[in-house]
Amino acid sequence: MAADTPAARSTRQDQRPGLRRLLRWETALVLLLVAVGLVGEQTSPGFLTGANLFYLGLDVGEIALMALPLTMIIIAGEIDLSIASILGLTSALLGWLWNAGWPLELIFPTVLVAGALAGALNGFFVTRLGLPSLAVTIGTLALYRGLAFVILGDQAVADFPASYTRYGTTPVPGTHIPYPIAFFAVLAALFGVVLHATPFGRSVFAIGANQEAAFFSGIRVKRTKFILYVLSGAMSGLAGIVFTLRFASARADNGAGLELAVVAAVLLGGVSIFGGKGTLGGVVAAVFLLGGIRSALILNDVSNDILNVVTGLLLIGSVIAPNAIAAVGRAVSRRRSASPAAPAEPAGAS
Amino acid sequence: MEATKGGQRSGSHLVEVAFRVRELGILAALALVVVITTAYSPRFLSGQSLRDLLLNASIIALLTVGQTLVVITRNVDLSVGSVLGLTAFMTGNLFVGRPGMPVVVAVLAGLLAGAVCGAINGAVTAVGKVPSLVVTLGTLYVFRGIDYAWAGGRQINAADLPDSLLTLGSGRFLGVPYLVAITVLLVAVAAYALRSYRAGRELYAIGSNPDAALLAGIPVGRRVFAAFVLSGAVAGLAGVLFTARYGTVDATAGTGFELQVISAVVVGGVAIFGGSGSVVGAALGALLLSTIGSAIVVLRVPSFWQQAIVGALLIGAIALDRLLGLRIAAALRQRSIRSGS
Repeated sequence: MAADTPAARSTRQDQRPGLRRLLRWETALVLLLVAVGLVGEQTSPGFLTGANLFYLGLDVGEIALMALPLTMIIIAGEIDLSIASILGLTSALLGWLWNAGWPLELIFPTVLVAGALAGALNGFFVTRLGLPSLAVTIGTLALYRGLAFVILGDQAVADFPASYTRYGTTPVPGTHIPYPIAFFAVLAALFGVVLHATPFGRSVFAIGANQEAAFFSGIRVKRTKFILYVLSGAMSGLAGIVFTLRFASARADNGAGLELAVVAAVLLGGVSIFGGKGTLGGVVAAVFLLGGIRSALILNDVSNDILNVVTGLLLIGSVIAPNAIAAVGRAVSRRRSASPAAPAEPAGAS
Repeated sequence: MEATKGGQRSGSHLVEVAFRVRELGILAALALVVVITTAYSPRFLSGQSLRDLLLNASIIALLTVGQTLVVITRNVDLSVGSVLGLTAFMTGNLFVGRPGMPVVVAVLAGLLAGAVCGAINGAVTAVGKVPSLVVTLGTLYVFRGIDYAWAGGRQINAADLPDSLLTLGSGRFLGVPYLVAITVLLVAVAAYALRSYRAGRELYAIGSNPDAALLAGIPVGRRVFAAFVLSGAVAGLAGVLFTARYGTVDATAGTGFELQVISAVVVGGVAIFGGSGSVVGAALGALLLSTIGSAIVVLRVPSFWQQAIVGALLIGAIALDRLLGLRIAAALRQRSIRSGS
């Protein structure tokens, strides 16, 4: 790619600016990820050891799980801000059912269904009543978090059997991979295939690019969006289970405020807030980039606060960079066309 | 031609009525909450309790003024909570260094610092032509991070602050708390400006249709920038008042306020996709949400219910707006058909 002639680059940019830009951003993310790994290892030897990466993975588990469906929702041109509240709601429900004497084998599927139902309610408001998803999910953000408090109050349920909570704190035997990340790897592959290699995934992109056109091309816009919200609710329920087991504590305020971290990760992954553009790979890279930066900062005793600044700047950079690159590209091509003396590029390079 | 004009006039009249209905609706809901609560506990309507109600709502209501300006232009400012936190700590810190500093200086410093934060949001949004949701989500983190880095684990207490500042937060003039007076004044000024000034009307035009606004010669970028600067300045002022009111500030001040403010704005009938709404409605929305919070305490509903009720109310308000919007659209269509024939 580095061997591309400028002319070829600008021509191709003209032809497929979206794809071109995406390629750039994802490449940049992977490079940043590598850089964080190298700098982390330089400044605090042991950064790239399995043990540290295990904690890094553990730390981003819930965010990673919730980022998968949110990627699809944002690509479809909508948003879901209620995910962290669904996490809290399912965590509270889990604790309440455990107190009521249910076996965990029955509780897990129940709370997953509860999460899916919470997502379905979002989907109902957005698709059937046609309400803006930003407003709806700000409402359900309060509603679901409130219901979590109604269910469990301010008590914490912590007497879960160690045979289950160890899944939240130990790696898969023989590796350094935390169970949530193992789950995530399988699900990410699944989501990646669905989003990028199935008609359903294509229709998600089509809806995000132009909802009307998608509708008139025979795509069932409402049903697709509804499915995405149900999926998002169920995945948030799964994140709720993971969160509860990891801290061995079911509380109504579990994961409060996490929604913005997930949105930040998805947008940092190069998904356009206007929909229609983005890749799952970019989002996965962004999730681990944020986790890596956090881990490197902590190992270097830099206060966690700086992470906020870095996250924010990366987020702003992720939206400015494509525009800035495009502007520079335009300026360069203008200059070239203005000075015919510049060496001609071989024709047909693209 | 004449007929079309007439149709338009009655059409805009209809929209105007609908707006008023929207604000009346919030007032009715507010009255309902107050009546029920007062029936249960008559002291709910006593002077002191009423003052507390208004006082509790005033900081969020203040923030809704700036947020409304931004939301009307089809943008959003998620960074207000962080700007408030930053300026609140800045105010406390200024007084720790110079105990004798006049309060006016602190207010001006807060306004200025907030405006600078808002200018960053506005510049990146308007000049960079990038979605404000992403930009202000970014600055939400950046400003909060700066706040944390600056404050560390420090906390500023009322003992460190001069009485003149604390008076601003808890004192009152002719029975009206300063905080409430400031908020009402700001709401009134903003409402008048949005209604009667060209720049104010242009904000609505931008929110209704940014492309058309640009074609109509409205300086869209400049107006959006200004809306963000104002939102930041208001958040800065709110930060100063936050310190004055609570006396205790650490790096977490104002965390999560952005969602409360946006909730109030939405309940207050400001369309999340721009183009319609009023600062009065938004401020009333803030008052309604905070009154419900107080009423729940008085009614001895377990406080855990508060958030669930607020959430349900929010969704109800959005659904109601949608229903009203559909009705108005249908009525407008009807009218234009009738006047066209």
